Amino acid sequence: MSLLSPTDQQTLRDSFAKMTRRVKLLFFTQAIGCETCLETRQILDEIAALTDQVVIEEGNLVLDKDRAASFGIDRAPGIVLLAGEDDEDTRIRFLGEPAGYDFLSLVDAILAASGGSEQTLSDASLAAVAGLAEPITVRVFVTPT
Amino acid sequence: MTVQASEFYDLAREYRVSGVPKTVVSNGAEILGALPEARFVDEVLGSLSDPSRP
Repeated sequence: MSLLSPTDQQTLRDSFAKMTRRVKLLFFTQAIGCETCLETRQILDEIAALTDQVVIEEGNLVLDKDRAASFGIDRAPGIVLLAGEDDEDTRIRFLGEPAGYDFLSLVDAILAASGGSEQTLSDASLAAVAGLAEPITVRVFVTPT
Repeated sequence: MTVQASEFYDLAREYRVSGVPKTVVSNGAEILGALPEARFVDEVLGSLSDPSRP
């Protein structure tokens, strides 16, 4: 059964139509000990079914441990957003099932990575972030509801 | 990265998540709840505690 209603599918189709480059969802899963991996894969499949600009590549957290680690992923489900034909690392990650509000965050992130959404940060904020001397990691803890 | 606190209790504990959304930055900054954009960026960058800033 589909998780997304026909109305939601159409809304998302319209949003994804603005994407100007491909986004790859590199999805790290594991077969045992992951209660939400199957449903996460279903969510990603439903997104990818709505646009040719989103593709999914699945990796196994256990078998591809080094590759996962190279993207900073050490648990599943973990999603890495790569953009463009050369799989540029957007440095955007999702840990856990992108359900509830987090689903919208994932859609927003896909659109932002693909050039399909307006820049919403102010010039002052962009300048402040551009002035960072060292990379930082920002973890945002959320719940689905 | 976004982290589902309800799936990864160990991370939620490690980063002392008492409510959501909670933002934890590798530079030590912590923000509980939502803030206006300009303040959020300031807090994330840790510039409010930067002594070189007037």
